[in-house]
Amino acid sequence: MSVGTARAALPVRSDVDLMAVREATRAAAAEAGFSLVNQTKLVTAVSELARNAVVHGGGGEVRLDPVQQGTSRGVRLVVSDQGPGIADIAEALTDGHTTGHGLGLGLGGARRLVDDFSIDSAPGQGTTVTIAMWATPGLSTFRSRVPLRP
Amino acid sequence: MDRIPLLRLGPVLIVSVQGDLADATAVALRHDVGDAVSSGGISGVVMDVSGVAIVDSYLGRVLTEIAADCALLGASTIVAGIKPAVAITLVEMGLRLDGARTARSLEAAMAMLGLDVAVTAVSAESGP
Repeated sequence: MSVGTARAALPVRSDVDLMAVREATRAAAAEAGFSLVNQTKLVTAVSELARNAVVHGGGGEVRLDPVQQGTSRGVRLVVSDQGPGIADIAEALTDGHTTGHGLGLGLGGARRLVDDFSIDSAPGQGTTVTIAMWATPGLSTFRSRVPLRP
Repeated sequence: MDRIPLLRLGPVLIVSVQGDLADATAVALRHDVGDAVSSGGISGVVMDVSGVAIVDSYLGRVLTEIAADCALLGASTIVAGIKPAVAITLVEMGLRLDGARTARSLEAAMAMLGLDVAVTAVSAESGP
């Protein structure tokens, strides 16, 4: 369901890299025809996830792709790192869970902002979070892969 | 690293935050505001964020920490001009700016601090 050629992955190793990720995501969301609110939600979500990759994963990358399903256009982002991984994903998604940095709203907050959210992580195997948002609200392809409250 | 300029108007410190902030810029702002308030004579801090398109949990935390710092230093903080899309995003994330009052605009914030200031844009054409 990808449309066009995949863009190069954006490296995320520092707070300055996060700015480039936010800018690229904003441009892709505007290009896909998102409302200003949805642009803002998607950019905020990827900022949370990319910061997690920097702070907890020792740096990583963000792949950004415009996607299409039927007549609906969307944007998909894959944020990955090769860090220590997450042992208890359900706990990591809980508001207030923090390993010492921030408010513990990053992962759970990002999930609430987007249409689709999935996370793939295990201790020693890094973390990959895939999110997507659609110009047509409610079109979801893989949200259910993560139980909300296991 | 960019630094955000601070503007002093009587007892009020005005911080005009514009555009996307690097984390380091936000941290430097926190230190600069603390230094300015502790230097004396400032009872209110207004952070105008009408030019900020994104407030993620990191920036939200820094804004909250600035408000907490200022409270300890004896000044009250008002965050002014949050964009509607930013407000919706903050609410959906569950992020609250505890400790800071909010105002619709810089002008409204000044009024809340007891200063009646008309904030108007000055253009090159304006004049007597």
